[in-house]
Amino acid sequence: MTRPNTFRSGPDERGHFGIYGGRFVAETLMPLILEVEKAYREARADPAFEGAIREQLKQYVGRPNPLYYAERLTEKLGGAKIYFKREELNHTGAHKINNCIGQILLARRMGKKRIIAETGAGQHGVATATVCALFDMPCVIYMGETDIARQQPNVFRMKLLGAEVVPVTSGARTLKDAMNEALRDWVTNVADTYYLIGTAAGPHPYPAMVRDFQSVIGDEVRVQMQELEGRLPDSLVACVGGGSNAIGLFHPFLDDPSVQMVAVEAAGHGIDKGPLAHAASITGGRPGVLHGNRTYLLQDEDGQILEGHSISAGLDYPGVGPEHSWLHDIGRVEYVSATDQETLDAFQLCARTEGIIPALESAHALAEIVKRAPKLPKDHLMVLCLSGRGDKDIFSVAQHLGVKL
Amino acid sequence: MSALNDKAVDNGRIARRFAALKAEGRAGLVTFITAGDPDLETCRAVLHGLPAAGADLIELGLPFSDPMADGPAIQAASLRALHAGTTARKTLDLVRGFRATDADTPIILMGYYNPIHAYGVDRFLADAIEAGVDGLIVVDLPPEEDEELCIPALKAGVNFIRLATPTTDEKRLPAVLQNTSGFVYYVSIAGITGTASADNAAVGAAVDRLKSRTDLPVAVGFGIKTPEQAANIARVADAAVVGSAIVTRLADGLDADGKARPGLAEDVLGFVRELAGGVRGARA
Repeated sequence: MTRPNTFRSGPDERGHFGIYGGRFVAETLMPLILEVEKAYREARADPAFEGAIREQLKQYVGRPNPLYYAERLTEKLGGAKIYFKREELNHTGAHKINNCIGQILLARRMGKKRIIAETGAGQHGVATATVCALFDMPCVIYMGETDIARQQPNVFRMKLLGAEVVPVTSGARTLKDAMNEALRDWVTNVADTYYLIGTAAGPHPYPAMVRDFQSVIGDEVRVQMQELEGRLPDSLVACVGGGSNAIGLFHPFLDDPSVQMVAVEAAGHGIDKGPLAHAASITGGRPGVLHGNRTYLLQDEDGQILEGHSISAGLDYPGVGPEHSWLHDIGRVEYVSATDQETLDAFQLCARTEGIIPALESAHALAEIVKRAPKLPKDHLMVLCLSGRGDKDIFSVAQHLGVKL
Repeated sequence: MSALNDKAVDNGRIARRFAALKAEGRAGLVTFITAGDPDLETCRAVLHGLPAAGADLIELGLPFSDPMADGPAIQAASLRALHAGTTARKTLDLVRGFRATDADTPIILMGYYNPIHAYGVDRFLADAIEAGVDGLIVVDLPPEEDEELCIPALKAGVNFIRLATPTTDEKRLPAVLQNTSGFVYYVSIAGITGTASADNAAVGAAVDRLKSRTDLPVAVGFGIKTPEQAANIARVADAAVVGSAIVTRLADGLDADGKARPGLAEDVLGFVRELAGGVRGARA
């Protein structure tokens, strides 16, 4: 494949990253998608919009968060110098809020009166409910019944924040079904509703828009690493479900050839254990069309979508953002995977060596640096996106470790 | 710009059927069932009985695991069909079997893109033509994605029937009508299948608007549940589409284990006869 002049110019005007992306939605939604695209294009050109986002990120979210030198982990692994980008210190405890601030300001600009969103683990639902409380907008969160049962604390948080949480009982009752149900709501309430998608997937312009709102992660790393080390990092590592924290970290560095990038998918019980045992769309799936975009999907021979498995409810989506599919195919980003067990080990290692309980999602990325860092020289600067904190996961981790709480 | 439609060398079943309906001075009944629901045997019995029960055109749902534009009735039908082992290939087998007994009733496959994408577009079109499919309705392929399937289908001689909706405004309508062939399917509500029903006057106005922009027949669907509602639509449109109500009737005939009870096919066909009665009597 020929190497493009820049990796940062996508998508094209029809929302394509190479063959991926696009706008595969029902006709009823098409005018809405076009309206979001136009509004977003106008907002991006308006310095006041950019200013409002920056203000909220600083005063409400608490940005910039630190680029933290994980000294004990670095010593323990004995190789690369490891930095954590501390997204877990954001208000609501994860990177999800970066995108929610941007999109709620866009929804207000568009004069929308009602917000809907899907959530899997509940982190995006909590972040959406949070910004809806802040801006006094009614908020409906769709969440699979299965996820509701395993993420009770987040369900309660959303309710405390004033959101209505609607249990989704169709299909497998997890994230993909919640997204289907949110699309069904949107198709029915076209006049006043804004769909606040939580990851860098879905129909154009969502993948590009969510990426832009999350790029604050990589932009800050660039400045902070310059201050700390006087140069660019050598490698970036992030977990990928839909892929919003990864694309947010990577995108500002895509045109810096010296910066290596590694995205870590959820291998669940193991990719070799069959299509239902993991949630690694790129490593273990193939291209298809779902939820508005062409991308790598977990699917059977007949094109039916399969339900992925991961210990982390935030990664078990059967697709991935279309820009990741493209970055994979052209070889700019390396896609690897970590199993449930490797993740649990990394989760505990991080808690004990750094005093940070990471989200299980982020622990997948940690599992990769545990494998990778020892083989690298001590002057290799490695950045891990610590995308979320792990408080929400202590119950499922306890269960996996055989501890009764 | 309908050059491509004119070039579409379909076998003409859809055009012939609408011409015959026009000659009879009545609207048509388009019935939807999901292929393989609740199992291939029962589905075959219903499918083969539809023309005699009064269905003028048949929409056969190509089951998909994630039917995001469908309401609960058709979602459940899709899952039943998948649990019964229905695939795109078996769906085409059903069409082939039907075609051996009925050379005239048009069959339109309705579904989502991914199963066709997985099958391979060119191979799917070739196999669909061979099986006797006359048209495709693919919910998640708007005009913006015409290159994916619409244009290859028209070139291969398979009609591509586009959905127009209440959100399709004047500016957008030309894009929606371009490359549409067979008929235009007007979705009468902004919403999912099988939920709210539209107001008759609003549907009439929308059909008139479409008719002023295209010579193609206009079928109207979404929310038509009774023979009376079908009759109301038949007074203003070229055809009324009934899906969820038929699928719900079928689901009512299942036992606690989801198996078809004896007489299910006859009961569903009886309901289709009632709908056909409504449509046929509408302009009397």
